[in-house]
Amino acid sequence: MTREKVAQAPASDVAPTLLALRGVGKVFSNGVTALSDVDLTIREGDFLSLLGPSGCGKSTALRLIAGLSTPTSGVLDWRGGGSLDRANIGFVFQEPTLLPWASVFDNVWLPLRLKGISRAKAAPAVKEMLERVHLTGFEDAVPRELSGGMKMRVSIARAMVTKPRVLLMDEPFAALDEITRFKLNNDLLELWQDERFTVVFVTHSVFESVFLSNRVVVMAARPGRVFDELAIEAAYPRDEAFRTSPDYAALCRQASDVLVNGINSTAGAHHDGH
Amino acid sequence: MTVIDEGVLKLDPEEARRVRQERFERIGRWVLPLAIMILAIWLWDRICVWNGIPQYILPRPGVVLSTLYNDAGLLFSALLVTLRITFLSLLLAVVGGVGLAVLFAQSKWVEMSFFPFAIVLQVTPIVAIFPLINIYVDNQTTKLLLCAWIVAFFPILSNTTLGLNSVDRNLRDLFKLNGATRWQQLRYLRLPAAMPYFLGGLKIAGGLSLIGAVVAEFVAGATGQSSGLASRIIEAGYRLNAPRLFAALFLISLTGILIFLVLSLISHLILRRWHESALKQER
Repeated sequence: MTREKVAQAPASDVAPTLLALRGVGKVFSNGVTALSDVDLTIREGDFLSLLGPSGCGKSTALRLIAGLSTPTSGVLDWRGGGSLDRANIGFVFQEPTLLPWASVFDNVWLPLRLKGISRAKAAPAVKEMLERVHLTGFEDAVPRELSGGMKMRVSIARAMVTKPRVLLMDEPFAALDEITRFKLNNDLLELWQDERFTVVFVTHSVFESVFLSNRVVVMAARPGRVFDELAIEAAYPRDEAFRTSPDYAALCRQASDVLVNGINSTAGAHHDGH
Repeated sequence: MTVIDEGVLKLDPEEARRVRQERFERIGRWVLPLAIMILAIWLWDRICVWNGIPQYILPRPGVVLSTLYNDAGLLFSALLVTLRITFLSLLLAVVGGVGLAVLFAQSKWVEMSFFPFAIVLQVTPIVAIFPLINIYVDNQTTKLLLCAWIVAFFPILSNTTLGLNSVDRNLRDLFKLNGATRWQQLRYLRLPAAMPYFLGGLKIAGGLSLIGAVVAEFVAGATGQSSGLASRIIEAGYRLNAPRLFAALFLISLTGILIFLVLSLISHLILRRWHESALKQER
C-alpha cells in the first residue's frame, strides 16, 4: 500500500480537512527526538490509527494534537488556520484514569461540571452516554467495583459526554483481555458510525488498527516519524464476520509487512533487539 | 461476587482449615490482648501483696480504681481542661496544616521557600521553645494552645502537602484538557486525592495534640482551679499520692486511645468505598 492509493480513496477525498500537521517535530529537553518532520492530514470523519512500535512517538503525536504539549518545530493547522477550541477534543488514556472516589455518574459528569453545568442539567447527557456504552444501572458504582472493561467504558463515556468533534485514544484497550477488547472495538465502531466524529487511535496492534480504521498510519522509531500509510477500504459496518474474513486477514498481512519494513528501516541503523 | 454459604458448601480440608484459622484470628485479635492485660493487672496486684509494697510507692489496681471513683470530680474537671486544649489545638492544627499545604500546593516556589521553616519548628523540642513563648504570650490558654499546635500541625502539613502533589498525571492532563480552573483542580481533584494522606496525618496529629497539651501544661506549671491533668499529676507527685497519679495517668491513656479510635473510625467511614487501605481482603 502506498500513498497514491490513499489519494484514490473517495471517502477520504471528499471530507474536508480537520487538521494538518506540517513538518511537526518534538525534541525533549533530554535530547531525545520523539518526533521528526511529521506531515499528516486528518479529515473530518476519519477513523485514523497511528500504528507503530514503542518509542515511535505515536503518543507524543497524540499529546501534541490534544494541546497537552507544544511542537518544537512545524505547525498544527486546524481547518487551515487558527486553533480548535479544546472543548471539542475528547481524550481516552491508556488507563481508565477515573476519579476513584467518585461514582460512575460523577466521573462522566466531570467534563460538564468543569464547564459549570449543574448535576441536574447534566443528568440527561450523562444518562444517555452511559446508555450508549451499556452501563445503565451502574451510575452509583465507584470505579473499584467495576471490571477493567467497564472502567474503560466509563472513560469513553466521559470523553464523549461533551460531544467532541475529535476523539483521541491512546492505546485504550491495550491492558484488556482479548474478548473484552473485541467487544469494546465493536461498541466503539458503532458509536463512531452513529455520531461520525473523528477518531485518532494510537495502537501497537496491527489487528486492532485494521479492524477499526479507514486509514492506518504506520510509524517508525528513532527518530519517531511517519513511515507509510494504508487505506483500509473495507466497508462499514464491520462486525465479527469481517474479523474472520479472508479480506481482513489479507489487510492485516499487508499492514504487518509495512510495520516490519518500518521497524527494519530503524534496525538497519541500530541493533538493539527490538 | 459470590456469596458463600458455609453451611451448605462442602469444603475440602485445605479450605476448611483456612476458614477455621480466620475465625481464630478474628477472635484472637480481641481476646489475646485482653487476656494479657488481665494477667498483667493480676500480677501487679499480687506483687503488691506478696512484697507488702506501701500504697504511696505502688498502689494496688483496686485502689487506683477506687481513687478514680472518689476523686472523679477533681480528675474529670481536670480532664475537661486538658481535652479543651487538645481539641482546640487539633482543630487549629487541621486549619493551619491544611491551609499551609494548600498554599504550598499553589506554587513550587512557595513550598520551597517556606517548608524548611516548618521543619525547623517541628524538630526543635517544644520544651525548649516554651520559655520564649512564656515571655511573649500572656494569656495562659493561648500559651498552651500555641505549644500543642506546634507539636500537632506538622504531620498534617507534611502529609497533606504530599497528597496534594501525588495526583495521577493523566488525571491532571484530563483537567487541563477540559479547561479546569486552578480552583476547580484543587476542589475536584487535588483535595480529594489528598484525603487519604490527610487522614493519615490527622491520626498522628490527634495523639500529638494530646501529648502537646499535657507537655505544655507540665512546662507551664499551671496550677489553680483551671488546671489540667498534668498539673494534677505534678501535684499528686509532690504529695506522694501515687493512687491519684496512676488514676490521672490512666485517664490520659484512655483519652489517647479514644482519640485514636474515633479518628480511625472517621478515616474508615470516609475512605471505605474507594481507597485500597479501607478494603477488605477479598481472596
